[in-house]
Amino acid sequence: MTLAATAAHSAHSAYSVLAAQPANPAHSGFLSPTGIEIAFVLVGIATLGAALVTVTTKQLVHAALWLVVALGGLAVEYLLLTAEFIAWVQVLIYVGSVVVLLLFGLMLTKAPIGRSPDADSGNRWAALAVAAASAGALVWVVVDAFRTTWIGLDGPAQGSTEVTGSFLFRHWVLPFEALSVLLLAALVGAIVLSRKRGKEQS
Amino acid sequence: MHLAYPAVLAALLFCTGLYGVLARRNAILVLMSVELMLNAVNLNLVAFDVWLRDTLHSGQALTLFTIAIAAAEIGIGLAIVLAVYRNRGSSDVDRLRDTAETDAAEALPDDESGTEDQATAAAGKAKKAEATA
Repeated sequence: MTLAATAAHSAHSAYSVLAAQPANPAHSGFLSPTGIEIAFVLVGIATLGAALVTVTTKQLVHAALWLVVALGGLAVEYLLLTAEFIAWVQVLIYVGSVVVLLLFGLMLTKAPIGRSPDADSGNRWAALAVAAASAGALVWVVVDAFRTTWIGLDGPAQGSTEVTGSFLFRHWVLPFEALSVLLLAALVGAIVLSRKRGKEQS
Repeated sequence: MHLAYPAVLAALLFCTGLYGVLARRNAILVLMSVELMLNAVNLNLVAFDVWLRDTLHSGQALTLFTIAIAAAEIGIGLAIVLAVYRNRGSSDVDRLRDTAETDAAEALPDDESGTEDQATAAAGKAKKAEATA
């Protein structure tokens, strides 16, 4: 065995053991990214920028609309990770219902339409320090831990609808049913919480 | 794909949501930041599930469950925010200091605007006085 083959084998040892597939030489370059990595990074930059605008803008409705961009970008990232079903669930649930609920909440609490100067509280610099410190620590730990780890995206899709239905209704049926009970409880709880106070006392 | 890309993106999104939770004043903007944090966790789960290739697909199943629980959470959270807004006339999280233990809560009615707010704050002060007496 040549030295290069030994180095390549050692670099891919974790991947080979866990993925049980032969290491693909096309994935071996950290500084020579593949096309899917370039697409992932570009969409990731757009997603992160939209998220930053969401938490820093002073117009409340614009924050909700930038949240749509961030969540849609995350759906594209799921598609790039071959988790198709989760990507479309993300579009349906988050972009379709959660953001609409947030817009309804903004409307019902009479949020100002224009720029509101008190959107940020007084402890924003402490919050910025905490967020920057945790971001630095997390990124450092994650990059240091997974420096030689590659995801094998070849072969059949990991999260197509067929695969998702198979594992969800073969191995995860009981949590799925418990989740439907939880959704019912949340529905009843939301109705009870949002009733008028006068009806309870009468 | 290198595993560091989705992991780093998830870490940065989580910290963006953390900044939003700590720095925002409106309760609905805090809920938006919580959604960002949950989505960062979802991205991590999907990336590690695709990397590990287990037969149970625990990561993707947990992602679906997390999405459903996040939908329930946003419904309950908005109902709570609307109830607070209806009672107090404001949804700013740093004005809801009735249960604060410090002396700063005693001097709070100076910057309150509505008469109902002053009434509830005065009632809170009376209750606190009863509790401490």
